Amino acid sequence: MNMDEYRGVWVFIEQIEGKVLDVGLELLGAGKELAEKLEVDLCGVLIGNNVKHLANEVFEYGADKVYVIDDPIVDQYRTETYMVAVGDLVRKYKPEIFLYGATANGKDLASAVATEVMTGLTADTTLLDVNVEKRLFEASRPAFGGNIMATILCKKHRPQMATVRPKVMKKQEPETGRTGELIEETISLKEENLRTKVLDIVRDTSKKVNLEDADIIVAAGKGIKDEKGLQMVAGLADVLNGTLGASRDIVEAGLISHDHQVGQTGLTVTPKLYIAIGISGAVQHTVGMENSETIIAINNDPDAAIFNKAHYGIVADAFEIVPILTEEFKKALHVEAEEGDVAHAGEV
Amino acid sequence: MNILVCIKQVPDTKIIKVNPKTNTLDRSSAPAILNPYDAHAVEEAVRLKEVHGGKVTVLSMGPPQAKAAIKKCIEIGADEGYLISDRRFAGADTLATSYALFKAIQKMMNEQGVDLVLCGKHAIDGDTGQTGPGIARRMEIPPLTNVIKVEKVDTVANEIVVHRKIENGYERIQSTLPCLLTVEKEINQVAYSPLPNMLRAARYNPIIWTVDDLDEVDIKQLGLKGSPTIVGKMWPPEKSKGAELIEGDVKKQATEIVALVLSKQELFEVKGGE
Amino acid sequence: MPEKFDVIVVGAGPAGTSCAYTCAKNGLNVLLIERGEFPGSKNVMGGILYRKQMEEVIPEFWKEAPLERPVIEQRFWFLDKESMVTTSYKDLEWGKEPCNNFTVLRAKFDKWFASKAVEQGATLINETVVTECIVDEEGKVIGVRTDRPDGDVYADVVVLCDGVNSLLAKKLGFHKEWKPEEVALTVMEVMKLPKKTINERFNVNDDQGVSIEIFGDATQGALGTGFLYTNKDSINIGVGTTLSGMIKKKMRPHHLLEYVKEHPMIQPYIEGAESLEYLAHLIPEGGYKAIPKLVGDGVIVAGDAAQLVNAIHREGSNMAMSSGKMAAETIMKAKELGEYTERVLDSYRTELYDSFIGKDLKKYKDTAHTFEEHPQYFEQYVPLMNRAMNTMFTVDGTAKWDKQKKIMKSFTEKRGKLGVAKDIYRAWRVVK
Ligand SMILES: Cc1cc2nc3c(=O)[nH]c(=O)nc-3n(C[C@H](O)[C@H](O)[C@H](O)COP(=O)(O)OP(=O)(O)OC[C@H]3O[C@@H](n4cnc5c(N)ncnc54)[C@H](O)[C@@H]3O)c2cc1C
Ligand SMILES: Cc1cc2nc3c(=O)[nH]c(=O)nc-3n(C[C@H](O)[C@H](O)[C@H](O)COP(=O)(O)OP(=O)(O)OC[C@H]3O[C@@H](n4cnc5c(N)ncnc54)[C@H](O)[C@@H]3O)c2cc1C
Ligand SMILES: Nc1ncnc2c1ncn2[C@@H]1O[C@H](COP(=O)(O)O)[C@@H](O)[C@H]1O
Repeated sequence: MNMDEYRGVWVFIEQIEGKVLDVGLELLGAGKELAEKLEVDLCGVLIGNNVKHLANEVFEYGADKVYVIDDPIVDQYRTETYMVAVGDLVRKYKPEIFLYGATANGKDLASAVATEVMTGLTADTTLLDVNVEKRLFEASRPAFGGNIMATILCKKHRPQMATVRPKVMKKQEPETGRTGELIEETISLKEENLRTKVLDIVRDTSKKVNLEDADIIVAAGKGIKDEKGLQMVAGLADVLNGTLGASRDIVEAGLISHDHQVGQTGLTVTPKLYIAIGISGAVQHTVGMENSETIIAINNDPDAAIFNKAHYGIVADAFEIVPILTEEFKKALHVEAEEGDVAHAGEV
Repeated sequence: MNILVCIKQVPDTKIIKVNPKTNTLDRSSAPAILNPYDAHAVEEAVRLKEVHGGKVTVLSMGPPQAKAAIKKCIEIGADEGYLISDRRFAGADTLATSYALFKAIQKMMNEQGVDLVLCGKHAIDGDTGQTGPGIARRMEIPPLTNVIKVEKVDTVANEIVVHRKIENGYERIQSTLPCLLTVEKEINQVAYSPLPNMLRAARYNPIIWTVDDLDEVDIKQLGLKGSPTIVGKMWPPEKSKGAELIEGDVKKQATEIVALVLSKQELFEVKGGE
Repeated sequence: MPEKFDVIVVGAGPAGTSCAYTCAKNGLNVLLIERGEFPGSKNVMGGILYRKQMEEVIPEFWKEAPLERPVIEQRFWFLDKESMVTTSYKDLEWGKEPCNNFTVLRAKFDKWFASKAVEQGATLINETVVTECIVDEEGKVIGVRTDRPDGDVYADVVVLCDGVNSLLAKKLGFHKEWKPEEVALTVMEVMKLPKKTINERFNVNDDQGVSIEIFGDATQGALGTGFLYTNKDSINIGVGTTLSGMIKKKMRPHHLLEYVKEHPMIQPYIEGAESLEYLAHLIPEGGYKAIPKLVGDGVIVAGDAAQLVNAIHREGSNMAMSSGKMAAETIMKAKELGEYTERVLDSYRTELYDSFIGKDLKKYKDTAHTFEEHPQYFEQYVPLMNRAMNTMFTVDGTAKWDKQKKIMKSFTEKRGKLGVAKDIYRAWRVVK
């Protein structure tokens, strides 16, 4: 492999039903920095049916080039078709770095492409940088289930690929009217030769937890011990009209569903207020919440790592303080609600 | 229907703890377990076998101790277990892992066909979820990831319909067999194993293969050598300046938090449409 | 069709594993059933493993077994609130192979021991609870029922080594519920401490260990003792009293342990140690008189399940091992005869009573009872002893002769002249 043939930073732009997912736009922001350092183009990869017009949005978010494959055969995501489409583009245009959002389909695609073009792929990265001199991509992620970050390198293969969690990178302001070069490619697959078919897509609109948009998150960790502890924390969340978050350990323990999980393999959140109760503060958790506006941590261990990330820390037994907090908030918010200051907070 | 399940032994990451003062890992007490997602994959395979007949074989790459994870699969109801174990496999990233597993599957397929391959959604030690799709690509069969339900298997028409979990819902997708599924925990509940399975597992000895037992292996694609990714540096994450501690007894602490939170007016403003 | 084994052993503690090991080694088809995640995962012991009985099961086990430290010094502390009287015996010979006894962590040791039984050909299954014995119409035990689907399994003989509670022996009507004075509730903690710190605090080097038995204020006067044992890089600290003692004194076990840990005489030894594990367990202490029916048609009871513990010397695992081995030997003889009736298996009982187990338990048969009836030993003598030492060694110008008189007086004031004499005689009788 002649690595010098590989140039440019690519971002996979995932779209669903003609709408570009935010994570792609976030990655354009992150990719732009890498591209500028390496003095190369930032390129978007757009695949779907009737999606060409979406390229404009991709340019506005900073892409210099957009590779498009617009074909009914790629109307819906299928590994089978997307893998070939992207694999062909990579072989033909040879990018040096390729970023994907770590969504279900983004991860699926990146894994298949990595094997298709025989290169390295780093999962769930939270920090991206580049060694300009060596043109080496430095993709970092929390490792070993603990408070350690590791940088993963891919020295001898190209492209250097990584998946990145939604919301970890910040979306840049779009530049209206900005354009770039549109490169259209075709795909040579025929429907009758394909082995998979999407029958239908069922969207669950009843989804109750929406952590990503919540202003207040009250999150519970292993310190709350059991169902009763969780109910206690849920009670506080209720009073504050907040949303219940969780560490992976209580999700794994089966106390609460994965939709509530905050962190590297859960959701990245940026609420105005994040209250962490009985959470130790492993990096895998904190990468998902450290950008919250105000973080309050309650933990009975004064050395808990969560206190490094929190703005306010309370060393106390959750089982003692949470019921008191709930009562106090109940009182306070009711009173104020009557005065008309806060209309809804006390209504729970 | 012959079903192959790829399973991995992992340290129980719930138990590995990091000493926050020294930032060092305390692995001493972390026992090795069967990757929880893989247990669900084996359970699903066993259930499919009960309906469609056939055989469930598990395959793992790892050190000799990984035999314990294979025995666990026999408890769940797998018929046979293979462990590929060799120093030359060590240090593999997902690309090299999928290559080694693929070579073992090829060898097994000389003896009997494989109609379905199952993997866990991801292994909890790395959470990458890349190995399954990698194997599928090498076997040139479709990968269906994040499966939460097997809706239908038609062994005559060689077709399967599954539900794939995606953001905000799921998709129903149909594939020809053979194909590869990676499964989520929702797919089933791992049943409490019957005693005869326990007895069988206790006496079972997995079949162990080394690199030399596999056919036409390109050594350069194995283990550390065959892994494009390597760990560069490791460092403790940057500490922010640290929390301002609210002191006093619980009553006082609680009062202060309440005051603090309430001072953030914007949190309690009415939002349109609520 | 459910399987049939020669022998099923319930419980992979020292008793069960010794039995399974010995049976398997002699060619019997044995099934060993353990309810924990692995043998030892839930098992509790202060930590002294006696070499002699273990060696009889596996010769030279110390070359391979996961042991902590050989004990080279046994200390005894008679504790008062702010003082203590101590005695100790240290023997460097005990640090050399084959050593005298060792400290062990049961989670590691039991796991290893069971793996040796498996090597000999025993079949071990974990995470499986035996719920009852299967008994045929004639009252003969023919197998066990487990909590698993299709969970019945059969054997010629079932050996119950399911520990102190032995629900299985109870279900067979071999014994009744233990009385509160027949069991001690012991709580302990494993605390992590660097090797170097342990060596310094206990005055030993890397491969030397210390056992400390604590009397008196450790149990706040109740009948029982506390202990402190050194592992490689942790220490075991615990305290136990009879259930009746706890009830009488309205004590909570974990409070008692906290009290011990904070005691000014003990605290410096565990300063800075990090708690790894908290465990609570019963010890059968009914002794000789509480030994239940030991054999029936097709069934034998061994170890704690048979109440085989010498409470005075805190020996249990050794009796468990020996009884398990004796059960195995009896079964081999029964196999030769092709008969597993109570009549044939009864040689286990006679052998057991003839062995050190029977003899030791008989010797101390009144001990617990005596101490329970006469709390003065724990409540009064230990403090008195401490005050005596204080009087004797505090240099205050009083003549030593006068001091001795004063000490005697303090004893007799508390108990009366005759009382003291009686107490001494009684104590001598039960422990001699
Ligand atoms: C590949 C990988 C990905 C991961 N992804 C994620 C992820 O996305 N999100 C995530 O959260 N984790 C993730 N983890 C797990 C992460 O490493 C930690 O194990 C996990 O976050 C710890 O959860 P916890 O803080 O709830 O539990 P623990 O670490 O057990 O902490 C419990 C805390 O509660 C405190 N406590 C105990 N009792 C009380 C009490 N009465 N009152 C107050 N405080 C109390 C304790 O002092 C302790 O600090 C991942 C791990 C791996 C290996
Ligand atoms: C705090 C403490 C300190 C002690 N210190 C010492 C000491 O220093 N030295 C010493 O020699 N002795 C000591 N002892 C006593 C010693 O621990 C016991 O005498 C010894 O463990 C008895 O062995 P066992 O095999 O009979 O029972 P156990 O060790 O109790 O083993 C019973 C096994 O059976 C299993 N089991 C129970 N019920 C079932 C079921 N229904 N189905 C399947 N499996 C089942 C259990 O999980 C367990 O593994 C101490 C005891 C305690 C509690
Ligand atoms: N060493 C291995 N041996 C067998 N199967 C594996 C191995 N590593 C990963 N797998 C399979 O691939 C899945 C995803 O693993 P990972 O890509 O490491 O997250 C696991 O759930 C297993 O089914």
